[in-house]
Amino acid sequence: MTAVLVLARGVFKDSIRDRVPYNLVFFAVLLMAASFLLAQLTAGQDVKIIKDLGLAAASLMGVLIAVFFGIGLVAKEVERRSIYSLLSKPITRSQFIVGKYLGLVFTLIANLAVMAIAYYGVLAFLEWQTPANVKLGWEAAATDPMLLKAFALIGVELMLVTALALFFSTFSTTFLSAALTIAVYVIGHFSDDLRTLESFGASPAVAMIGRALYYAFPNLAPLNVTAAVVHGQAVTAQHMLLASGSIGLYVAVLLVASTLIFERRDFK
Amino acid sequence: MATQDRSRRALHWIAFVVLLVAAIGTQTVINGAFERFTPTQEVQWVRSPGVMRRLVLGFNSIAADIYWIRAVQYYGSTKLLKAEEKDYSFLFPLLDHTTTLDPRFNIAYRFGAILLSEGYPNGPGRPDEAITLLEKGIRESPDKWEYYLDAGFVEYWWRRDTKAAADWFVRGSKLSTAPNWLQPLAASVLAEGGDQLAARVLWTQLAQTAEQEWMRRTARTRLQQLDAEAVIGQLQPIVNTFYDKANRFPTEWDEIIRAGLVRGIPLDPTGVPYALDPVSGAVEVAKDSTLYPLRRGL
Repeated sequence: MTAVLVLARGVFKDSIRDRVPYNLVFFAVLLMAASFLLAQLTAGQDVKIIKDLGLAAASLMGVLIAVFFGIGLVAKEVERRSIYSLLSKPITRSQFIVGKYLGLVFTLIANLAVMAIAYYGVLAFLEWQTPANVKLGWEAAATDPMLLKAFALIGVELMLVTALALFFSTFSTTFLSAALTIAVYVIGHFSDDLRTLESFGASPAVAMIGRALYYAFPNLAPLNVTAAVVHGQAVTAQHMLLASGSIGLYVAVLLVASTLIFERRDFK
Repeated sequence: MATQDRSRRALHWIAFVVLLVAAIGTQTVINGAFERFTPTQEVQWVRSPGVMRRLVLGFNSIAADIYWIRAVQYYGSTKLLKAEEKDYSFLFPLLDHTTTLDPRFNIAYRFGAILLSEGYPNGPGRPDEAITLLEKGIRESPDKWEYYLDAGFVEYWWRRDTKAAADWFVRGSKLSTAPNWLQPLAASVLAEGGDQLAARVLWTQLAQTAEQEWMRRTARTRLQQLDAEAVIGQLQPIVNTFYDKANRFPTEWDEIIRAGLVRGIPLDPTGVPYALDPVSGAVEVAKDSTLYPLRRGL
């Protein structure tokens, strides 16, 4: 367990050194600039749009970091040849995979937490400067705590994307790993359609393949609760648990598969 | 060695500043020499809202916001064009995309319906599309009585179909969330028929209950138009009286004031004098008034 945490801390420090926190500055500036610009452009929908924009930016930035740092977790060590000295220490391959994974997940969660603070800061400012009669028309308060549920599920999605990037990087080049991770991410957002291919006129055989693919790939649609929380609709604890649990199982499968593949690689 | 480094660094700084100034200068020349390209027609690259929903990969809400901003900008910029260039044909597709990407985008249905029904040249004059949009909203949120109110309103105000309007109000009033004035409104619309009273009740309700300031402002403008219409109803006989006496229509309000028929130049609710046509004698709100043109009828 100590070895896993040491590895995780190393990845976390590496990400700070690689200037990951710069994206937080970008995020804060984007939100603040948008909050002033949108008030001029939209018909009284600035708070809704700031909410949407913040959640979309947090998700997109997180996915980019997860993909481009995730694919380098193993590849970098191999490229620098530091993998040889690492594996000569009392660290198992599974500890190596889990430690690297947790390190990036900690980075992403810390990143997401800071983004959430900046997000609530901008929304609190908007709430403060909005007249009471305008606020009556809002579906939910600007600083509605329900928005944290969207952040939480974005975190779950990032955990999956990191696991995918790590998995592909154990047997593939960095470029291909990035492409494959993004491909699965895209498929994950289409998977509801894979389940219902027959409604698009597909033959029974194709529809069956579609359904098989639906179960093979993680379905990312339930993790997207942005529209619900922005409109002040309830997202039940059951939904949160089921969506997170399902993705958690896919993450576990990917980590086990990554370990299995990584154990077959010869670094002696 | 240190002197060499310093001079090299200074050289880099000079190069940086000179090149930056040159780049900005070139850009300025380009701006002056070339006219900015503006497409002659709006282009909608993805026509199917369903396809767009899939293409945005879960970023539905922010994509809906972009379509909403585009719809508002499109309506506003088209309204500012010269009359012969006004083409609002993309308004409904933009609103359709917005509401498919975010089916709970309340303002897109409500304000979208107002924009779609607005008569030409201030809007496309498509109450049918407004109803289609509101029906879509009802399918997504069957408990929203406001959509029934808006649909009835479109029928009443733009299509002049009091029966259909009353039908929408009755359907809306059956919802558990509906306010208690919706049912009497249906009766009032049927009873009053073409009277202005029902229109006034409708706009007053909208001015008081609309969630967005834009909608409340629109409702207030409509109420002012109704006031203006009522005043015109009183001014027209005065102008006709002047005609009976002088055997011609007055060319300006001063003539009517001198004749002792009115005490001062009559102003519409926005403070702009009413326009007087010296040929036909018709009294109308002035073209530079925000109330122009009046929608006569109900």
